[in-house]
Amino acid sequence: MLDKNGIAQRIAQELRDGWYVNLGIGIPTLVANYIQDDINVVFQSENGILGMGPFPYEGEEDADLINAGKQTITALPGASIFDSATSFAMIRGQHIQLTVLGAMEVSDTGDIANWKIPGRMVKGMGGAMDLVASADNIVVAMMHTNKKGASKLLRECSLPLTGVKCVKRIVTNLAVLDISPEGFQLIERAPGVGVEDIKNATEGRLIIEGDIPEMKF
Amino acid sequence: MNKIVKSASEALEGLQDAMTIMLGGFGLCGIPENCIAKMVELGVKDLTCISNNAGVDDFGLGLLLQKRQIRKMISSYVGENDEFERQMLSGELEVDLIPQGSLAARCYMGGAGVPAFYTPAGYGTEVGEGKEVRVFDGKPHLLETALTADFAIVKAWKGDRFGNLVYKGTARNFNPAMAMAGKITIAEVEELVEPGDLDPNFIHTPGVFVQRIFQGVNYEKRIEQRTIRPKS
Repeated sequence: MLDKNGIAQRIAQELRDGWYVNLGIGIPTLVANYIQDDINVVFQSENGILGMGPFPYEGEEDADLINAGKQTITALPGASIFDSATSFAMIRGQHIQLTVLGAMEVSDTGDIANWKIPGRMVKGMGGAMDLVASADNIVVAMMHTNKKGASKLLRECSLPLTGVKCVKRIVTNLAVLDISPEGFQLIERAPGVGVEDIKNATEGRLIIEGDIPEMKF
Repeated sequence: MNKIVKSASEALEGLQDAMTIMLGGFGLCGIPENCIAKMVELGVKDLTCISNNAGVDDFGLGLLLQKRQIRKMISSYVGENDEFERQMLSGELEVDLIPQGSLAARCYMGGAGVPAFYTPAGYGTEVGEGKEVRVFDGKPHLLETALTADFAIVKAWKGDRFGNLVYKGTARNFNPAMAMAGKITIAEVEELVEPGDLDPNFIHTPGVFVQRIFQGVNYEKRIEQRTIRPKS
Protein backbone atom coordinates (compact mmCIF):
# COMPACT_ATOMS: atom_id res chain seq x y z
CA MET A 1 0.00 0.00 0.00
CA LEU A 2 1.21 3.50 -0.83
CA ASP A 3 1.26 6.61 1.31
CA LYS A 4 0.55 10.06 -0.11
CA ASN A 5 4.15 10.45 -1.26
CA GLY A 6 3.97 7.08 -3.00
CA ILE A 7 0.85 8.15 -4.89
CA ALA A 8 2.65 11.31 -5.96
CA GLN A 9 5.72 9.33 -7.02
CA ARG A 10 3.60 7.00 -9.17
CA ILE A 11 1.82 9.96 -10.80
CA ALA A 12 5.17 11.56 -11.60
CA GLN A 13 5.71 8.64 -14.00
CA GLU A 14 2.78 9.95 -16.08
CA LEU A 15 4.63 13.15 -16.96
CA ARG A 16 6.23 13.53 -20.37
CA ASP A 17 9.01 15.79 -21.53
CA GLY A 18 7.81 19.20 -22.67
CA TRP A 19 4.46 19.12 -20.91
CA TYR A 20 2.80 21.99 -19.11
CA VAL A 21 1.24 20.60 -15.94
CA ASN A 22 -1.24 21.94 -13.40
CA LEU A 23 -1.02 20.38 -9.95
CA GLY A 24 -3.89 20.78 -7.52
CA ILE A 25 -3.69 21.24 -3.76
CA GLY A 26 -2.77 18.29 -1.49
CA ILE A 27 -1.26 15.08 -2.84
CA PRO A 28 -0.92 16.55 -6.38
CA THR A 29 1.46 19.24 -5.09
CA LEU A 30 3.84 16.46 -3.96
CA VAL A 31 4.19 15.21 -7.56
CA ALA A 32 6.70 18.00 -8.23
CA ASN A 33 9.12 16.30 -5.81
CA TYR A 34 9.41 13.16 -7.97
CA ILE A 35 10.07 14.39 -11.51
CA GLN A 36 12.57 12.17 -13.30
CA ASP A 37 15.88 13.87 -14.10
CA ASP A 38 15.62 13.41 -17.86
CA ILE A 39 12.26 15.14 -18.11
CA ASN A 40 11.52 18.84 -18.38
CA VAL A 41 8.05 19.96 -17.44
CA VAL A 42 6.67 23.41 -16.65
CA PHE A 43 4.31 23.76 -13.71
CA GLN A 44 1.37 26.12 -13.98
CA SER A 45 -0.37 27.53 -10.96
CA GLU A 46 -3.73 28.95 -11.92
CA ASN A 47 -3.36 32.11 -9.88
CA GLY A 48 -1.01 33.22 -12.63
CA ILE A 49 2.42 31.64 -13.07
CA LEU A 50 4.12 29.25 -15.46
CA GLY A 51 7.48 27.98 -14.32
CA MET A 52 6.71 27.64 -10.64
CA GLY A 53 9.78 26.54 -8.70
CA PRO A 54 10.30 25.04 -5.25
CA PHE A 55 9.53 26.77 -1.96
CA PRO A 56 11.91 29.65 -1.17
CA TYR A 57 14.72 29.45 1.36
CA GLU A 58 13.91 30.88 4.76
CA GLY A 59 14.14 34.65 4.65
CA GLU A 60 13.50 34.78 0.90
CA GLU A 61 9.71 34.41 1.05
CA ASP A 62 7.87 36.98 -1.07
CA ALA A 63 4.24 37.79 -0.23
CA ASP A 64 3.76 38.67 -3.90
CA LEU A 65 4.82 35.24 -5.14
CA ILE A 66 2.45 32.43 -4.16
CA ASN A 67 0.79 29.41 -5.76
CA ALA A 68 -2.90 28.56 -5.92
CA GLY A 69 -2.62 26.94 -2.49
CA LYS A 70 -1.51 30.37 -1.16
CA GLN A 71 1.94 28.92 -0.38
CA THR A 72 5.08 30.98 -0.91
CA ILE A 73 6.97 29.75 -3.99
CA THR A 74 9.80 30.74 -6.30
CA ALA A 75 9.84 31.42 -10.04
CA LEU A 76 12.33 29.44 -12.13
CA PRO A 77 14.40 31.01 -14.93
CA GLY A 78 12.04 31.18 -17.92
CA ALA A 79 8.96 31.62 -15.77
CA SER A 80 6.15 33.93 -16.81
CA ILE A 81 3.50 35.69 -14.79
CA PHE A 82 0.05 36.67 -15.99
CA ASP A 83 -3.42 37.58 -14.83
CA SER A 84 -6.26 35.19 -13.93
CA ALA A 85 -8.19 35.65 -17.21
CA THR A 86 -5.07 34.70 -19.20
CA SER A 87 -4.36 31.81 -16.85
CA PHE A 88 -7.75 30.27 -17.48
CA ALA A 89 -7.47 30.95 -21.19
CA MET A 90 -4.50 28.54 -21.04
CA ILE A 91 -6.61 26.00 -19.19
CA ARG A 92 -9.84 26.40 -21.16
CA GLY A 93 -7.94 26.59 -24.44
CA GLN A 94 -6.29 23.23 -23.69
CA HIS A 95 -2.74 24.54 -23.68
CA ILE A 96 -1.99 22.62 -20.48
CA GLN A 97 -1.25 18.94 -21.16
CA LEU A 98 -1.95 17.41 -17.75
CA THR A 99 -4.07 18.25 -14.74
CA VAL A 100 -3.59 16.37 -11.47
CA LEU A 101 -6.15 16.96 -8.75
CA GLY A 102 -7.60 15.44 -5.62
CA ALA A 103 -11.16 14.16 -5.20
CA MET A 104 -13.66 13.17 -2.56
CA GLU A 105 -15.43 10.81 -4.97
CA VAL A 106 -15.01 9.53 -8.54
CA SER A 107 -17.66 7.59 -10.46
CA ASP A 108 -16.93 4.70 -12.84
CA THR A 109 -18.02 6.93 -15.73
CA GLY A 110 -15.38 9.54 -14.87
CA ASP A 111 -17.50 12.03 -12.89
CA ILE A 112 -15.64 13.78 -10.08
CA ALA A 113 -16.82 15.45 -6.85
CA ASN A 114 -14.39 17.50 -4.79
CA TRP A 115 -15.80 20.84 -3.78
CA LYS A 116 -18.78 20.60 -1.47
CA ILE A 117 -20.41 18.50 1.23
CA PRO A 118 -23.95 19.91 1.50
CA GLY A 119 -24.74 21.45 4.87
CA ARG A 120 -21.29 20.73 6.25
CA MET A 121 -18.41 21.92 4.13
CA VAL A 122 -18.55 24.49 1.38
CA LYS A 123 -15.17 25.76 0.38
CA GLY A 124 -15.93 26.40 -3.27
CA MET A 125 -14.68 24.93 -6.48
CA GLY A 126 -11.85 27.36 -7.10
CA GLY A 127 -10.40 26.51 -10.49
CA ALA A 128 -11.32 22.82 -10.38
CA MET A 129 -14.47 23.08 -12.53
CA ASP A 130 -12.63 24.97 -15.27
CA LEU A 131 -9.76 22.49 -15.14
CA VAL A 132 -11.84 19.32 -15.34
CA ALA A 133 -14.20 20.70 -17.98
CA SER A 134 -11.41 21.57 -20.38
CA ALA A 135 -8.34 19.45 -19.70
CA ASP A 136 -7.82 16.50 -22.04
CA ASN A 137 -5.78 14.54 -19.57
CA ILE A 138 -6.99 14.43 -15.98
CA VAL A 139 -5.37 12.25 -13.34
CA VAL A 140 -6.98 12.04 -9.92
CA ALA A 141 -4.77 11.53 -6.88
CA MET A 142 -6.59 10.26 -3.81
CA MET A 143 -6.89 7.58 -1.15
CA HIS A 144 -9.01 4.63 -2.29
CA THR A 145 -11.33 4.87 0.72
CA ASN A 146 -12.37 7.71 3.02
CA LYS A 147 -11.55 8.03 6.72
CA LYS A 148 -14.52 5.82 7.60
CA GLY A 149 -13.28 3.11 5.23
CA ALA A 150 -15.97 3.68 2.59
CA SER A 151 -15.00 3.46 -1.08
CA LYS A 152 -14.36 6.72 -2.95
CA LEU A 153 -14.60 4.89 -6.31
CA LEU A 154 -18.33 4.69 -6.83
CA ARG A 155 -20.99 3.68 -9.32
CA GLU A 156 -22.29 7.24 -9.02
CA CYS A 157 -21.03 10.18 -7.00
CA SER A 158 -23.21 11.07 -4.02
CA LEU A 159 -21.72 14.55 -3.53
CA PRO A 160 -22.31 17.58 -5.79
CA LEU A 161 -20.28 17.13 -8.97
CA THR A 162 -17.29 19.15 -10.06
CA GLY A 163 -17.38 17.74 -13.59
CA VAL A 164 -18.95 14.96 -15.64
CA LYS A 165 -17.23 12.22 -17.65
CA CYS A 166 -13.85 13.91 -17.42
CA VAL A 167 -11.45 11.79 -15.34
CA LYS A 168 -9.03 9.65 -17.37
CA ARG A 169 -6.92 7.91 -14.72
CA ILE A 170 -6.99 7.48 -10.94
CA VAL A 171 -3.98 6.75 -8.77
CA THR A 172 -4.79 5.67 -5.22
CA ASN A 173 -2.92 4.12 -2.32
CA LEU A 174 -4.06 0.72 -3.69
CA ALA A 175 -4.10 0.91 -7.47
CA VAL A 176 -3.89 2.65 -10.82
CA LEU A 177 -7.24 2.57 -12.64
CA ASP A 178 -8.43 4.00 -15.95
CA ILE A 179 -11.97 5.04 -16.76
CA SER A 180 -13.21 2.74 -19.52
CA PRO A 181 -16.69 2.50 -21.08
CA GLU A 182 -17.37 -0.48 -18.77
CA GLY A 183 -16.10 1.09 -15.55
CA PHE A 184 -12.85 1.27 -13.58
CA GLN A 185 -10.25 -0.70 -15.51
CA LEU A 186 -7.59 -1.99 -13.13
CA ILE A 187 -4.14 -1.21 -14.55
CA GLU A 188 -1.69 -1.72 -11.69
CA ARG A 189 -1.65 -2.81 -8.06
CA ALA A 190 0.28 -0.95 -5.36
CA PRO A 191 3.16 -2.92 -3.83
CA GLY A 192 1.84 -5.68 -1.54
CA VAL A 193 -1.81 -5.09 -2.51
CA GLY A 194 -3.85 -7.97 -3.95
CA VAL A 195 -6.64 -7.79 -6.54
CA GLU A 196 -9.11 -8.88 -3.85
CA ASP A 197 -8.12 -5.91 -1.66
CA ILE A 198 -8.86 -3.58 -4.55
CA LYS A 199 -12.18 -5.32 -5.30
CA ASN A 200 -13.23 -4.94 -1.68
CA ALA A 201 -12.37 -1.24 -1.65
CA THR A 202 -14.10 -0.39 -4.95
CA GLU A 203 -17.86 0.17 -5.01
CA GLY A 204 -18.14 1.04 -8.71
CA ARG A 205 -17.84 -1.43 -11.58
CA LEU A 206 -14.31 -2.85 -11.64
CA ILE A 207 -12.85 -4.43 -14.77
CA ILE A 208 -10.02 -6.90 -14.21
CA GLU A 209 -8.45 -8.38 -17.32
CA GLY A 210 -5.58 -10.88 -17.09
CA ASP A 211 -2.73 -10.53 -14.64
CA ILE A 212 -2.52 -7.12 -13.03
CA PRO A 213 1.09 -6.01 -12.64
CA GLU A 214 2.47 -4.34 -9.53
CA MET A 215 3.57 -0.72 -9.79
CA LYS A 216 7.26 -0.24 -10.48
CA PHE A 217 9.31 2.52 -8.89
CA MET B 1 -4.69 64.22 -17.00
CA ASN B 2 -4.46 63.69 -13.25
CA LYS B 3 -6.36 60.88 -11.58
CA ILE B 4 -4.49 61.10 -8.28
CA VAL B 5 -6.58 61.33 -5.15
CA LYS B 6 -5.11 61.92 -1.70
CA SER B 7 -6.27 58.85 0.15
CA ALA B 8 -8.53 55.81 0.33
CA SER B 9 -11.15 58.10 1.83
CA GLU B 10 -11.18 60.38 -1.21
CA ALA B 11 -10.95 57.40 -3.58
CA LEU B 12 -14.09 55.88 -2.10
CA GLU B 13 -16.19 59.04 -2.41
CA GLY B 14 -19.64 58.06 -3.62
CA LEU B 15 -19.55 54.59 -2.13
CA GLN B 16 -22.98 53.75 -0.75
CA ASP B 17 -24.83 50.93 0.95
CA ALA B 18 -26.00 48.07 -1.31
CA MET B 19 -23.47 48.78 -4.03
CA THR B 20 -21.62 46.08 -5.97
CA ILE B 21 -17.86 46.15 -5.43
CA MET B 22 -15.12 44.16 -7.18
CA LEU B 23 -11.96 43.61 -5.20
CA GLY B 24 -8.78 42.24 -6.75
CA GLY B 25 -6.52 39.70 -5.11
CA PHE B 26 -5.97 35.98 -4.75
CA GLY B 27 -6.10 34.91 -1.14
CA LEU B 28 -4.39 37.80 0.63
CA CYS B 29 -2.01 38.37 -2.29
CA GLY B 30 -2.63 41.61 -4.18
CA ILE B 31 -5.63 42.79 -2.15
CA PRO B 32 -6.43 46.51 -1.78
CA GLU B 33 -5.64 46.69 1.94
CA ASN B 34 -6.08 50.44 2.31
CA CYS B 35 -9.53 50.58 0.72
CA ILE B 36 -10.75 47.55 2.67
CA ALA B 37 -9.68 49.20 5.94
CA LYS B 38 -11.44 52.41 4.91
CA MET B 39 -14.63 50.53 3.96
CA VAL B 40 -14.68 48.98 7.44
CA GLU B 41 -14.29 52.46 8.93
CA LEU B 42 -17.01 53.96 6.74
CA GLY B 43 -19.40 51.23 7.82
CA VAL B 44 -21.09 50.86 4.42
CA LYS B 45 -23.34 47.83 4.46
CA ASP B 46 -25.42 45.41 2.36
CA LEU B 47 -22.56 45.24 -0.10
CA THR B 48 -22.29 42.72 -2.89
CA CYS B 49 -18.60 41.86 -3.11
CA ILE B 50 -17.07 40.16 -6.12
CA SER B 51 -13.72 38.72 -5.16
CA ASN B 52 -12.05 35.38 -5.81
CA ASN B 53 -11.71 34.71 -2.08
CA ALA B 54 -13.15 36.14 1.10
CA GLY B 55 -9.97 36.82 3.04
CA VAL B 56 -9.23 35.15 6.35
CA ASP B 57 -11.06 35.70 9.62
CA ASP B 58 -9.04 38.75 10.67
CA PHE B 59 -7.71 40.17 7.40
CA GLY B 60 -8.79 41.12 3.92
CA LEU B 61 -12.52 40.82 3.24
CA GLY B 62 -12.80 38.91 6.52
CA LEU B 63 -12.75 42.33 8.19
CA LEU B 64 -15.91 43.38 6.33
CA LEU B 65 -17.55 40.03 7.05
CA GLN B 66 -16.87 40.39 10.77
CA LYS B 67 -18.83 43.64 10.75
CA ARG B 68 -21.64 42.09 8.67
CA GLN B 69 -21.15 44.70 5.95
CA ILE B 70 -21.43 42.16 3.14
CA ARG B 71 -24.84 40.89 2.07
CA LYS B 72 -23.67 38.80 -0.85
CA MET B 73 -20.34 37.34 -1.95
CA ILE B 74 -19.49 36.24 -5.47
CA SER B 75 -16.35 34.11 -5.22
CA SER B 76 -14.75 30.86 -6.35
CA TYR B 77 -13.09 29.66 -3.15
CA VAL B 78 -13.78 30.63 0.43
CA GLY B 79 -12.10 27.82 2.34
CA GLU B 80 -9.79 29.94 4.47
CA ASN B 81 -12.45 31.85 6.34
CA ASP B 82 -14.38 30.16 9.17
CA GLU B 83 -16.63 33.17 9.79
CA PHE B 84 -17.57 33.16 6.11
CA GLU B 85 -18.46 29.47 6.21
CA ARG B 86 -20.51 30.02 9.36
CA GLN B 87 -22.49 32.95 7.89
CA MET B 88 -23.05 31.03 4.66
CA LEU B 89 -24.22 27.78 6.26
CA SER B 90 -26.54 29.72 8.61
CA GLY B 91 -28.01 31.65 5.68
CA GLU B 92 -26.96 35.12 6.93
CA LEU B 93 -24.77 35.62 3.90
CA GLU B 94 -25.87 35.06 0.33
CA VAL B 95 -23.15 33.36 -1.66
CA ASP B 96 -22.71 32.75 -5.36
CA LEU B 97 -19.84 30.33 -5.88
CA ILE B 98 -18.63 30.26 -9.46
CA PRO B 99 -15.70 28.56 -11.18
CA GLN B 100 -12.53 30.63 -10.96
CA GLY B 101 -11.94 30.82 -14.71
CA SER B 102 -15.56 31.82 -15.30
CA LEU B 103 -15.22 34.51 -12.63
CA ALA B 104 -12.10 35.95 -14.27
CA ALA B 105 -13.69 35.82 -17.72
CA ARG B 106 -16.95 37.36 -16.49
CA CYS B 107 -15.03 40.35 -15.11
CA TYR B 108 -12.86 40.65 -18.21
CA MET B 109 -15.90 40.44 -20.51
CA GLY B 110 -17.76 42.95 -18.35
CA GLY B 111 -14.98 45.42 -19.00
CA ALA B 112 -14.60 44.42 -22.63
CA GLY B 113 -18.23 44.98 -23.60
CA VAL B 114 -19.05 41.32 -24.23
CA PRO B 115 -22.33 40.68 -22.37
CA ALA B 116 -22.10 36.88 -22.26
CA PHE B 117 -20.01 33.94 -23.43
CA TYR B 118 -20.04 30.14 -23.47
CA THR B 119 -17.72 28.01 -21.34
CA PRO B 120 -17.66 24.28 -20.57
CA ALA B 121 -16.84 24.89 -16.88
CA GLY B 122 -19.64 23.75 -14.60
CA TYR B 123 -21.70 21.87 -17.17
CA GLY B 124 -23.53 18.98 -15.50
CA THR B 125 -23.04 20.49 -12.01
CA GLU B 126 -25.02 22.81 -9.71
CA VAL B 127 -23.32 25.72 -11.45
CA GLY B 128 -25.15 24.87 -14.66
CA GLU B 129 -28.63 24.83 -13.12
CA GLY B 130 -30.94 27.22 -14.95
CA LYS B 131 -28.29 28.25 -17.47
CA GLU B 132 -28.59 27.98 -21.23
CA VAL B 133 -26.62 25.05 -22.65
CA ARG B 134 -25.28 25.01 -26.17
CA VAL B 135 -23.16 22.37 -27.86
CA PHE B 136 -20.06 23.40 -29.81
CA ASP B 137 -17.92 20.72 -31.50
CA GLY B 138 -19.90 18.05 -29.66
CA LYS B 139 -19.17 19.52 -26.23
CA PRO B 140 -21.83 21.17 -24.03
CA HIS B 141 -21.16 24.71 -22.81
CA LEU B 142 -22.92 27.04 -20.37
CA LEU B 143 -23.91 30.61 -21.17
CA GLU B 144 -22.27 32.86 -18.55
CA THR B 145 -23.02 36.57 -18.29
CA ALA B 146 -20.48 39.34 -17.82
CA LEU B 147 -20.01 41.12 -14.49
CA THR B 148 -19.54 44.82 -13.82
CA ALA B 149 -19.38 46.77 -10.58
CA ASP B 150 -20.17 50.20 -9.16
CA PHE B 151 -16.58 50.28 -7.89
CA ALA B 152 -13.70 48.03 -8.89
CA ILE B 153 -10.88 48.30 -6.38
CA VAL B 154 -7.48 46.98 -7.40
CA LYS B 155 -4.02 46.92 -5.90
CA ALA B 156 -0.93 47.48 -8.06
CA TRP B 157 2.79 47.78 -7.44
CA LYS B 158 3.40 50.99 -9.37
CA GLY B 159 1.17 53.46 -11.10
CA ASP B 160 1.20 56.99 -12.53
CA ARG B 161 -1.26 59.87 -12.63
CA PHE B 162 -2.65 58.61 -15.96
CA GLY B 163 -3.74 55.45 -14.16
CA ASN B 164 -1.24 53.18 -15.88
CA LEU B 165 -0.51 50.20 -13.64
CA VAL B 166 2.16 47.56 -13.16
CA TYR B 167 1.66 44.63 -10.81
CA LYS B 168 4.31 42.57 -9.05
CA GLY B 169 4.51 38.79 -9.15
CA THR B 170 1.35 36.79 -8.65
CA ALA B 171 -0.23 39.82 -6.95
CA ARG B 172 -1.49 40.54 -10.47
CA ASN B 173 -4.16 37.76 -10.47
CA PHE B 174 -7.71 39.21 -10.73
CA ASN B 175 -6.63 42.85 -10.62
CA PRO B 176 -6.30 43.56 -14.38
CA ALA B 177 -9.65 41.99 -15.32
CA MET B 178 -11.48 43.73 -12.47
CA ALA B 179 -9.81 47.06 -13.26
CA MET B 180 -11.58 46.90 -16.61
CA ALA B 181 -15.03 46.21 -15.17
CA GLY B 182 -15.65 49.04 -12.70
CA LYS B 183 -17.92 52.00 -13.42
CA ILE B 184 -15.37 53.68 -11.17
CA THR B 185 -12.06 51.86 -10.86
CA ILE B 186 -9.83 52.72 -7.93
CA ALA B 187 -6.18 51.70 -8.00
CA GLU B 188 -4.19 51.76 -4.80
CA VAL B 189 -0.49 51.41 -5.49
CA GLU B 190 2.64 50.90 -3.44
CA GLU B 191 4.44 53.57 -5.38
CA LEU B 192 3.17 56.48 -7.45
CA VAL B 193 5.68 57.36 -10.17
CA GLU B 194 5.97 60.13 -12.74
CA PRO B 195 4.47 59.63 -16.22
CA GLY B 196 7.21 58.15 -18.38
CA ASP B 197 8.82 56.25 -15.51
CA LEU B 198 6.82 53.16 -16.46
CA ASP B 199 7.95 51.67 -19.77
CA PRO B 200 4.88 51.75 -22.07
CA ASN B 201 5.89 48.29 -23.33
CA PHE B 202 5.40 46.82 -19.90
CA ILE B 203 2.18 48.41 -18.66
CA HIS B 204 -0.21 45.72 -17.41
CA THR B 205 -3.33 47.88 -17.05
CA PRO B 206 -3.57 50.86 -19.41
CA GLY B 207 -4.70 54.00 -17.62
CA VAL B 208 -7.95 54.29 -19.57
CA PHE B 209 -9.51 51.71 -17.24
CA VAL B 210 -8.63 53.61 -14.05
CA GLN B 211 -10.50 56.65 -12.68
CA ARG B 212 -8.83 57.22 -9.31
CA ILE B 213 -5.35 56.35 -8.07
CA PHE B 214 -3.51 56.85 -4.80
CA GLN B 215 -0.40 55.68 -3.03
CA GLY B 216 -1.34 53.38 -0.19
CA VAL B 217 0.31 53.25 3.21
CA ASN B 218 1.40 50.61 5.71
CA TYR B 219 0.99 47.54 3.52
CA GLU B 220 1.03 44.45 5.69
CA LYS B 221 1.10 41.97 2.77
CA ARG B 222 0.31 39.08 5.03
CA ILE B 223 1.46 35.62 3.90
CA GLU B 224 -1.20 32.94 4.27
CA GLN B 225 0.96 29.83 3.94
CA ARG B 226 4.62 30.45 4.66
CA THR B 227 6.32 27.49 3.01
CA ILE B 228 10.10 27.23 2.87
CA ARG B 229 12.77 24.65 2.08
CA PRO B 230 15.89 24.01 4.13
CA LYS B 231 19.23 25.28 2.87
CA SER B 232 21.26 22.21 2.06
